Amino acid sequence: MEEHKVPLWRDDRFLKIAGQVLVMLIVLIVAAVIVNNVTVNFRRLGLNFGFGFMSNPASFGIGDSAIPYTSTDSFGRALLVGLVNTLRVVVFGIFFATILGIIVGIARLSDNWLVRKLASIYVEIFRNTPLLLQLFFIYTVGFLSLPRVADSVQLPGPTFLSNQGIYLPWPTGSARSLIALALLIASLALVIFFWQRRLKVMELEGASGNGYRNLLFGLGAVGLLALLFGLEWQAPAFANEAVTGGLHLSSEFGALLLGLVLYTAAFIAETVRAGIQSVSKGQWEASKALGVNSGQAMRLVIFPQALRVMIPPLTSEFLNLAKNSSLAAGIAYGDVYQIATTINNQTGRVIEVVILVMITYLTINLIISLGMNLLNQRVQITER
Amino acid sequence: MRKWISLLLATVLTATVAVACASSSDTAAGGDAGGGESELTKVINRGSLVCGVNGQLPGFSFVDSKGEYSGMDADYCRAIAAALFDDPSKVEFRNLSAQERFTALAAGEVDVLIRNTTWTINRDTALGLEFMPTTFFDGQGMLVTNASGVKDLKGLSGKSICVQSGTTTEQNLTDNFRKQNIPFTPVVFDDEDALYSAFTQGRCQAATSDRSQLTARRKSLPNPDNYAVLDEVISKEPLGAAVRNNDSKWADAVKWITYSTFQAEELGITQASLAQAESSKDPEVQRLLGKEGTLGTDMGLPNDFAARVIKAVGNYGEIYDRNIGKPFTLERGLNNLWTKGGLIYSPPFR
Repeated sequence: MEEHKVPLWRDDRFLKIAGQVLVMLIVLIVAAVIVNNVTVNFRRLGLNFGFGFMSNPASFGIGDSAIPYTSTDSFGRALLVGLVNTLRVVVFGIFFATILGIIVGIARLSDNWLVRKLASIYVEIFRNTPLLLQLFFIYTVGFLSLPRVADSVQLPGPTFLSNQGIYLPWPTGSARSLIALALLIASLALVIFFWQRRLKVMELEGASGNGYRNLLFGLGAVGLLALLFGLEWQAPAFANEAVTGGLHLSSEFGALLLGLVLYTAAFIAETVRAGIQSVSKGQWEASKALGVNSGQAMRLVIFPQALRVMIPPLTSEFLNLAKNSSLAAGIAYGDVYQIATTINNQTGRVIEVVILVMITYLTINLIISLGMNLLNQRVQITER
Repeated sequence: MRKWISLLLATVLTATVAVACASSSDTAAGGDAGGGESELTKVINRGSLVCGVNGQLPGFSFVDSKGEYSGMDADYCRAIAAALFDDPSKVEFRNLSAQERFTALAAGEVDVLIRNTTWTINRDTALGLEFMPTTFFDGQGMLVTNASGVKDLKGLSGKSICVQSGTTTEQNLTDNFRKQNIPFTPVVFDDEDALYSAFTQGRCQAATSDRSQLTARRKSLPNPDNYAVLDEVISKEPLGAAVRNNDSKWADAVKWITYSTFQAEELGITQASLAQAESSKDPEVQRLLGKEGTLGTDMGLPNDFAARVIKAVGNYGEIYDRNIGKPFTLERGLNNLWTKGGLIYSPPFR
């Protein structure tokens, strides 16, 4: 009968279960309220839930589309255009932000006073002002102040630059250019393979490597021919106060990419600096003792160790970049969020569209997380 | 023993949750399916009207530096407040973007949406809105620079055109240019101010919107004489108020308050001549002003609602002239009374 001496409200096992039940209860109530609210309001307004509308024709134009799109295509296709536009900015954004961030991060630890100070001024300015403000500034003061399209600047190539964006020569999408592209990639891959093979042979066997050298030259020639003639470059042309043909990278794309890169790189720079500073001083001293110069020490000794500390916070920066790309709507870039709001407005399917957009961003970010986690596992110390 | 008691309690608690959830959703659904309280009653009980407006558009609804609203849409908000409370200042204005407006109305954030909104079948049906009589018959046009020498739509072939997202203009533009087979690039902005700033910087060779809006906007650009609105009209844009579906009491109130301004103009009753009209022998005037019959009380409004509206904002012609006609020298055109060749027509007050 001793067990009755502990009252229920002080019983550890009871409290644990009761706590969980309470949390479960709150979650269930919140979910029920949301679902109930939505169904009631749907019924009140006489609306039905469904995704059938996605196959209706969109009948709105998109200025910037990387895949073929016309206004007769479906809402689904329009959303896909937006997704490609988002991915375009996110992928290039992560690439350039990482490079810039690492450079600035290392520059913040430079022995050179000017470089160090410039890097910190950059970081402080971009880290401490709102991204939307930066985007507006870069867009209106930067890109829109370029010459008007009627007085486009022609650069060699031929490339045309105006406040509509930049027009670059670009391969046509014909079968011939696709074959040439395949040839180019194949020759590049073979060049890398044989290059390493040649180094290995020269190092281990002391061979001259002349045979490999000739092979490499041959492959290079094939690649060059494919690049120049096989790809069927289509040059942009200027006529009637407008530029047609070639690849068009719009000012909006440029402004968004530049804005995201500059903003995110400032954060990445701090992560890189913290990572490098977390490596113990002894590592520097040990490398110096072995006669390694400071550049090599950074590249071969310090940075690989710093990477272990850097990758988890870097992942969050990449995720932030992906989510921040939705600010595109402010500067007229047709990303997935902007297209979704347009669809939402024309069909009135708010809930459905919001669900789709949430799934899209969630998927993009889960893929980024997955990739970074794999990278993280690879750079961790393998204990023996 | 203890373990057993804990387990029992946990089970009971979970069961309670499940039951509570089920029953709460049942009652809520049952209550709302019945229709609930009309917005009219809610607004009267609250003592003020929440009106969704644009706030950025001179002539329709525009906030000045003192926070005062002016414009036709703003005046119709005031007209409703005047009819209900005999006080046109009992309006809470909410600025809404083109994107937000329908969600705000559907969610009940605003009682009525008077935000230069085009009446379309899709919005009327699929979006769950109820449109009120059109207060401004507009059409979509193009704003271009004089320097560009563009005179018609064909001249815009291959050009970039600035357009606002979440509007009917975005769709009209695409449909029209597709029909005429003119290639163009849309540049879609969320914000009106950003749109016109990009247009003046030459990012687009034309800006498109309702012609009244373009005319009003042109006046506020740095050098208005450098810009022109093309004569071509590419769509019908009937602008008016909108309320939520399935609340006919409230819809009736807003509808007839709007019509009363039309009817007043037709009968020649102005803000100035209201006192004189009240002693008129004309039975039509008597009925409109609530001196005779129970037209107002029949729909849950004060019987003299029309008189209150006219006292506060005047008749339709006065509202038009004050907000659009005089400041932007825009002809009445389609917005004239039906007796003068326009489309402003009120069903009889009988």
